[in-house]
Amino acid sequence: MIAPLAEPAAEFTTPSIEYSLLAPLLIIFGVALLGVLVEAFAPRQLRYVSQTSLAVVGVLTALVMTVVVALDLTPRGDSAGFGQIVAEGAIAVDGPTLFLWGTILVMGLISVLLFAERQLEGGITAFAGQAAALPGTQAEREASTQGLEHTEVFPLMMFALAGMMLFPASNDLLTMFVALEILSLPLYLLCGLARRRRLLSQEAALKYFMLGAFSSGFFLYGVALVYGFAGSMRLADISEAVAGTVGTDWLLLAGIGMLAVGMLFKIGAAPFHAWTPDVYQGAPTAVTAFMAACTKIAAFGALLRLFYVGFGGARWDWTPMIWVIAILTMLVGCVLAIAQSDIKRMLAYSSIAHAGFLLTGFVGVHQVSDSGGVLAGITSLQAVLFYLVTYGFMTIGAFAVVTVVRDAGGEATALSRWAGLGKESPLVAGVFAFFLLGMAGIPLTSGFTGKWVVFTAAVSGGAWPLVVVAVLLSAVAAFFYVRVIVLMYFSDPVGEGPTVVMPSLLTTVVIAVGLAATAALGIVPGPVLDLAATAGQFIR
Amino acid sequence: MTVPWMTAAMLLPIVGAVVLAVLPERAGSGGTLVKQAALGFSLLTLVLVAGVALGFDIGGERYQFVEEHEWIAAFGAHYALGVDGIGLTLVLLTAILTPVVILASWNDGDGGRWSINSFFAWMLALEGLAIGVFAAMDVFLFYVLFEATLVPIYFLIGGFGGPRRAYAAVKFLIFSLLGGLLMLASVVGLYVVSADSADGPTYLLTELAPITAGIDTGLGRWLFLGFFVAFAIKAPMFPVHTWLPTVAAEATPGTSVLLVSILDKIGTFGMIRFCLGLFPEASRWATPVVLVLAVVSVLYGALVAIGQKSIPRLIAYTSVSHFGFIVMGIFVFNSYGQAGSTLYMFNHGLSTAALFLVTGFLIRRRGSQMISDFGGVEKVAPVLAGVFLVAGLSSLSLPGLSPFVSEFLVLVGAFAYNWWYAVFAVLGIVLAALYILLMIQRTMTGPTPPSIAGMRDLSLREVGALAPVLLLIVVLGLFPGPLLAIIDPAVAATLEQVGVSDPEPDVPAVPAAATSDAEEESQ
Repeated sequence: MIAPLAEPAAEFTTPSIEYSLLAPLLIIFGVALLGVLVEAFAPRQLRYVSQTSLAVVGVLTALVMTVVVALDLTPRGDSAGFGQIVAEGAIAVDGPTLFLWGTILVMGLISVLLFAERQLEGGITAFAGQAAALPGTQAEREASTQGLEHTEVFPLMMFALAGMMLFPASNDLLTMFVALEILSLPLYLLCGLARRRRLLSQEAALKYFMLGAFSSGFFLYGVALVYGFAGSMRLADISEAVAGTVGTDWLLLAGIGMLAVGMLFKIGAAPFHAWTPDVYQGAPTAVTAFMAACTKIAAFGALLRLFYVGFGGARWDWTPMIWVIAILTMLVGCVLAIAQSDIKRMLAYSSIAHAGFLLTGFVGVHQVSDSGGVLAGITSLQAVLFYLVTYGFMTIGAFAVVTVVRDAGGEATALSRWAGLGKESPLVAGVFAFFLLGMAGIPLTSGFTGKWVVFTAAVSGGAWPLVVVAVLLSAVAAFFYVRVIVLMYFSDPVGEGPTVVMPSLLTTVVIAVGLAATAALGIVPGPVLDLAATAGQFIR
Repeated sequence: MTVPWMTAAMLLPIVGAVVLAVLPERAGSGGTLVKQAALGFSLLTLVLVAGVALGFDIGGERYQFVEEHEWIAAFGAHYALGVDGIGLTLVLLTAILTPVVILASWNDGDGGRWSINSFFAWMLALEGLAIGVFAAMDVFLFYVLFEATLVPIYFLIGGFGGPRRAYAAVKFLIFSLLGGLLMLASVVGLYVVSADSADGPTYLLTELAPITAGIDTGLGRWLFLGFFVAFAIKAPMFPVHTWLPTVAAEATPGTSVLLVSILDKIGTFGMIRFCLGLFPEASRWATPVVLVLAVVSVLYGALVAIGQKSIPRLIAYTSVSHFGFIVMGIFVFNSYGQAGSTLYMFNHGLSTAALFLVTGFLIRRRGSQMISDFGGVEKVAPVLAGVFLVAGLSSLSLPGLSPFVSEFLVLVGAFAYNWWYAVFAVLGIVLAALYILLMIQRTMTGPTPPSIAGMRDLSLREVGALAPVLLLIVVLGLFPGPLLAIIDPAVAATLEQVGVSDPEPDVPAVPAAATSDAEEESQ
């Protein structure tokens, strides 16, 4: 017989969720779930229109709510931070979070437009018609003749977007891990859904999944070790435990190392970068654009929150490791890109190099002290946030241009096929040249102001050798960017040369937005820079 | 509200470039409208700059026509333009040479890979950006415009040059970008230095100079190096000069003139304005090495020039040699040297322009740039040969032509500093005579081979392009006063900022007994 309880159980208190502050995140989750329902119940002909409009409206609403929440943020005590820890300590809605949400949502919006592009493939999207049909079989041919489309890509993208928003906002390690998985799993799927060169695409998806799962395992192990050290998952408690440690605690260091592995994999930093070229090349270009921009933004936001808030007190322990990784990343990105013969791989290595520059800004750890005080000069957080904005626009714009250069077999991504593009379409070549000059860091483009801000933060934080290395490697990087410009303008076309297919308004808008942002942020970076400054610091 | 003269001078050519880009190529009987529009815009800019020069008050403030607006508050960057004597000289050079180059390159853009619209548009864009660079009074603005000038030149070389132009364009771009990126490290360092000061970060030259004068010596020397290497690559100096002969051999003569006569001056101008102006202690510390490199440039450039088989490459190496003189004049830290160096920049611009343009006419007629393919030109085209001779004589600094005055001043300054450097530099004059006269002898004199026999003499347009340049060379050779009057106050102000003064003249003491004897005798 079961004995009755000696005393009544404690009252169950419902957790308080600040729905108004979390509105942007919840809207995106809601849109994703609605998208799944649309897939289940909507007739096939209506799916594309309903999914795209749902996605666009959802992202726009979330963006509006982000602005509303940002305007209402209250300062927090006497520190330089605004905002609140919400959801029982799981999520921190502060200035940097909202800045990152806004950035991710804007990049997500223009990525939705790229996903929705149908004109380039002659009336269907660039995603596989029936992903379950094996490549080269009768089933695949039938799916293609019937003009089938996978519109699940939109809810998948929304899930990924939600995970990307949760990742930098996480205030404890478990939420961070959950967000990491939410953002990664849809991306693994999306990478395998290309319509053309399906085997390459599926290989990319598998590689990403294997390596991603492996690095998530490292991350989780790091979470366990840090919990063992600090006794709590929350970043504020971890930071107190770190402050209270005297001497080297190997549990903490091992935990930091494991967490760093997981994070650096997501960023694409060397030596955890091996997946980037293959995945960027194999995935459908719209997905590559989305991944290259938004994943990096989210991952850097989370990296900064974890290391500045959680492990800020142990910075003398982890900064040497990041120095080495930053130098290695810039080296790998700049040097290996020279040997590439495929434009998507070259852009992948270029994004590795940019991750290296971002790490340079991150490692300076130049920020207001924990006790508050006046922000003087440009802080590391401000620098990284600004660079992420400039990098996102340039990357999405560049990949959008890549979708437009095609030949009979789909996109012409081999570099040799781009020879003579300047003659074929001076406009496309000019736009791409501008993006390349931006990525090289030529003044009057946002790439230059971003680099300047990041290098200043690094030097202010005492990492001037890194800046010298970065500057020299930028000169090396300029070589391969210029090489593409030479190829486009000064070389004769190979064979009949590349053709530029006129895209619909969607891709045109994306390219125009990327171009405008790159030019505007290069000439008047003030407003966005000041916005990043008013975002203040992370709260704990 | 003062009229923004310098902004107008900078924007007018750029507006012209945009206008040219939208004009139809075939307008006005085979494209002449485009060419006339280009010439018109450049002449308008010349009038504007001439107005600025005439309005410049020699005895007045150091920097005049100053405009200052805040640009990026977080960086401390301002949109600030203004000229002193040195800047005005170089802005004048730019404004004078651009119409000359456009007139001389009238037909060089035809039959190229791209339209003539882009050919002349890039030239005008380059003029506007160069004026902005020389007038910039904010380090960040200077850096932005400095890098921005690379783009037009890159496309001018790559789109309209000889067979290996793509290689030459990339080589130029990589060298210049390397220098620019090293300078970026120093520019970032300047932000960090000024961010600690009372008023927050600033990039304005006038505000930055007192701040950098007081920084730690080691840091000052590193920042100086970042700037100096960038300017040494730009100038170019030995040993980072190898891009210039490659480019000179491949680019159209007009492009070479714009590059060597205008853009390369940004390097030496930057040395005066930024290296000396912001880092005086580091400049003095670096002087021995810099002077050695300058003398080596003089001699190496001259020696290699003598052995060249291709005329444009020869002229490129003579430029390396001349820039050695200019850098020497800057780093001897006395008023003769600095004034001579600034005047040298102007005169070298003119004489090299004349040389390159005449060479261009020769190459266009003969179809080859090798010295061995020419001979006896003076018999069939005496005006061409005569102009070439005058240009060559100005390059070897014949007295009576303007480069002589500047070279003389630089050598006097070098002697006043330390006569060893001057002795070696004087050898450069002898070598200059060799490289110029040998080239003229081989191409202009001697028997006329059949390939030269039908060579046309200079047309009216070509004479019209060269005449102002040669006239200026002759007039300034006899009356350098007006130009020196503009330069001297700026040089004096720079030296005062650096904290050096001219050495006292060495007057031997008169023995007391001799003077008293003279007094008795006269009584």
